[in-house]
Amino acid sequence: MSENRITIFVDGKALKAREGEPLLKACLAGGIFIPNLCYMEGIDPLPVSCRLCFVAVEGRAQPVPSCSIPVREGLVVHTDTPEVRRLQRQGLRLLLSTHHVECARCPANRHCALQDMTRFLKVGLKPKTVYLKAPPVRSEHPFLDYHVNRCVLCGRCVEICKARQDRPELTFIKRGFDTTLGFFPGGASNPQDLKTYRACVEACPVGALVLKDSNKNP
Amino acid sequence: MDLELSPEERQKLQELKSELQSFKRERGQLIPILQWIQERLSFLPSQALESVAEYLQIAYAEVFGVATFYNQFRFHPPGRNPIRVCLGTACHVKGADIILENFERKLGIREGETTPDREFSIERVACVGCCALAPVTLMGETVHGYMAPSKVEGLITRVAIEKEVRERERKKGAHV
Repeated sequence: MSENRITIFVDGKALKAREGEPLLKACLAGGIFIPNLCYMEGIDPLPVSCRLCFVAVEGRAQPVPSCSIPVREGLVVHTDTPEVRRLQRQGLRLLLSTHHVECARCPANRHCALQDMTRFLKVGLKPKTVYLKAPPVRSEHPFLDYHVNRCVLCGRCVEICKARQDRPELTFIKRGFDTTLGFFPGGASNPQDLKTYRACVEACPVGALVLKDSNKNP
Repeated sequence: MDLELSPEERQKLQELKSELQSFKRERGQLIPILQWIQERLSFLPSQALESVAEYLQIAYAEVFGVATFYNQFRFHPPGRNPIRVCLGTACHVKGADIILENFERKLGIREGETTPDREFSIERVACVGCCALAPVTLMGETVHGYMAPSKVEGLITRVAIEKEVRERERKKGAHV
């Protein structure tokens, strides 16, 4: 990535950005909000899994996920076209169709990425039909409780473990609708691990990962 | 949740561990190795997955993530009486999901699992080719057509009775 400062045009506004950085990052830095769940700086390759950060880029026939587009000089971007919003709303509705809405009892209440996005995209928080998985809470992890039906499967915690542990202990298991987070102790327990899992809990955009009570205070 | 391994299986597992050497130590060998183990053991016990992770120097989480992704891998040994509930189109229309649920409830295990005594395991299959008898269930190699919830208990009881009869005859033989 070079240090060249370039100019891009987002919704008619000229933004300064560093050449090659993700479009999503440049927009967020420039004060233009694009819904996103899975983007975190420093992940390579990016998961591009939440399918919420769509934008329309001039010269491309279809909307593209902005986290996977490196910026270049003179890029012209629209974040608020009907097509973009339709894709984002549909994506968000699908996420909510497996989400157990119990905000009053959820630790992420009021700083929850899903709440923010439903407000931003004007999507109802409670869809008509919700498909839930069982059991709703898994607590086999020594430090964490995992609320299956809150999880949006963004993969942030998995990426954090990958970056910090020699043998990552979190992963996705199964596939399709049955996909959940799985935990597997990888050898000797490392005193660093609690720190890593704290970072996972902080990175969780919803309240799916919660520290067990005994680990709340260092 | 894992079932206890039989002494035979434990021995086989030991042999497999030493034979792992015949595979290259590459991540790309993960699926071939898992397939090879399943061929020998007919399922993947967690101990086997651990040895594979150890051998390939990758995280156990990664091995498990891959293994659960593919439907071909199973984590429970087949029972002595494997029950296969057909969920093909015709059987589905005739309420095969109810039959499956009946077996699950009766045996106290979920689809894909095995009872602790290893007597029964439940699987779902797609079309066994006799749709005229829908809904169909296979127990071992025997086809049971026109399944109904009331037949589920009968099938399981029959296996229990047959087992008891065999045992009695064996005892009788021993006395004579």
